[in-house]
Amino acid sequence: MIIYILCFILFLVGLYGVVSKRNLIKIIIGIAIMEYSINLFLIMIGYIEGGTAPIITKGFEHAKFVDPLPQAMILTSIVIGLATTALLLAVAIRLYQKYGTFDINKIKDLKG
Amino acid sequence: MNSLIPLFVIIPLGCAFLMAMLGRFIKNINKFITPIFMLSLVYLTLYFMLSSEGTLIYKVGGFEPVNGIPIAIYMVMDGLTKLILLVISLVGFLAIFYSLSYTKQYTSERKFYVLFSLMIAGMNGIVISGDIFNIFVFLEIAALSSYTLVAFGVEKHQLEASFKYQVLGGMASLIILFSIALIYWNTGTLNIADISRQLTLNCSSPEGTSVFLKFISVLLIAGFGLKAAIFPFHTWLPDAHSSAPSPISAMLSGVLIKAVGIYVIIRLFFNMFPLSYELSMTITVLGTISMIIGGLLAIGQWDIKRMLAYSSISQMGYIVLGLGIGMLVLATGGNKAVAALSITGGLFHLLNHSIFKGLLFLSAGAVEYRTGTRDMRKMGGLSEVLPITSRTSLVGSLAISGIPPFNGFFSKLIIIIAAIQAQYYVLAFLAVLVSVITIAYFMKLQKYTFYNNDASKWKKKKIKEVPFSMAFSMIIMALLCIILSLLVIPDVREIFLKPAVDILINAADYSTNILGI
Repeated sequence: MIIYILCFILFLVGLYGVVSKRNLIKIIIGIAIMEYSINLFLIMIGYIEGGTAPIITKGFEHAKFVDPLPQAMILTSIVIGLATTALLLAVAIRLYQKYGTFDINKIKDLKG
Repeated sequence: MNSLIPLFVIIPLGCAFLMAMLGRFIKNINKFITPIFMLSLVYLTLYFMLSSEGTLIYKVGGFEPVNGIPIAIYMVMDGLTKLILLVISLVGFLAIFYSLSYTKQYTSERKFYVLFSLMIAGMNGIVISGDIFNIFVFLEIAALSSYTLVAFGVEKHQLEASFKYQVLGGMASLIILFSIALIYWNTGTLNIADISRQLTLNCSSPEGTSVFLKFISVLLIAGFGLKAAIFPFHTWLPDAHSSAPSPISAMLSGVLIKAVGIYVIIRLFFNMFPLSYELSMTITVLGTISMIIGGLLAIGQWDIKRMLAYSSISQMGYIVLGLGIGMLVLATGGNKAVAALSITGGLFHLLNHSIFKGLLFLSAGAVEYRTGTRDMRKMGGLSEVLPITSRTSLVGSLAISGIPPFNGFFSKLIIIIAAIQAQYYVLAFLAVLVSVITIAYFMKLQKYTFYNNDASKWKKKKIKEVPFSMAFSMIIMALLCIILSLLVIPDVREIFLKPAVDILINAADYSTNILGI
């Protein structure tokens, strides 16, 4: 149980970064941390205490296996996360070129 | 026939790949090939719509179910899917045809077409996927390309809007992934039909399960509501949709928020979860609030595209309201005919909104293309110099505010009648009230943009009508605004809307149809 709570705390750390930080880069780091915590959660729900890798070999047909499907999902979601973070960073760099700052308080032309 | 289903993803993905490769060597090849690919998608959708009956399934890799448990990734083609695919391909084709002239102002036109095709591939994938994790993957494809397209002009405002959109959209994606993980934890499967069966089997189990289900439902409403810009999650929409290039605004407002947001919400809450009164009420109330808030905020805007973006929030509220009343009636075990009428209204308005909001954004783009400004206070008198744009924009405004011969009138009328029949009089009254507000702000848009001023200022600048490809798309959409009102005739509705409504009314049949049990 404690490990799920720690995972949730990791999520909250990321959320704190997104909500309260004023620096674009710190916001991006916050999103990345949230993403890792959810990936961690996915990998934990597929884990079984004392399970082995799900490869059927002679003599181990009925061994306890961990669930392989969440692991496959994680790989997909890590790749997606890479694309998201790269795009966010690219836009942040262009924003810095236009505004000369990473401070979100100074980047607010759009209103209303 | 079943083996044709993956083409809806393969065609646009292949188009994106070809454009990225060939565009480097052959100049202007994008402009010829992309519209042809999109037109083939329209043809394919109409072919499916008119020829096939019932639910078609394609199992990726050809893996058959083991002991009744589906192990392959399912692609499902049913009535609702066909309707949304029609919306995507039709608006997609017209928007890409419009961009042939519009994108001349950008330095890397090739990438525009690549990203556009990718976005279409993502949306088509969401709609035909019968597997909840695949919905997430395709959603990310569509979202990533739309983030990039919003920032395509790399001006200050576009970058800022894109960043805002990315942060909120990224959080929505994470919430959705979290709820998918919870669903997998609870049911041990990712197939929507199988999840639905597991949930109904577990329905008799203790209270803990239902609390867990409510938690997942709330997370899903938050995640997809953020993508669909329903009321408390709407803040990114006015920035992103007004800053994007105009054909992309038409795609985002007309199609993306529907395919990514509304479609998934109704698919999951009708066909996957057992219907419950509290959730239907939540969805209806959120829809009503976003209808009112969007309308009220739109009145004060002076930026033409920003006003249209707020209007999108308001009209999405109508769609959610229609579908929500249907859910409420079904959940309380009321008359099925009333629920069917209400859902018909909601889906009809979805189809109509994609056409007239697309048309209005394209017209606003045409005005911006010729005058170089989006501020209505600097316009006026444009009806003389831009006659086609002015007429098509007028048709769009009349249709969206619900003036009788156009399609918007009939769909709003159906929603209001259904609300009265279901005895939600307050909702019916609010729907009429917001319709009046809609007329008010579209009168403002028409007056300040096209009339109210003499045209001498524009004639001095030698402003001409927009080029052929832009005018063509707008005229076709304006004609569609009138033609779609034919859907109110029962025989026509039978072909286009009834299959979609049937899927939602007989919600429990979805899983039996797909699993074959």
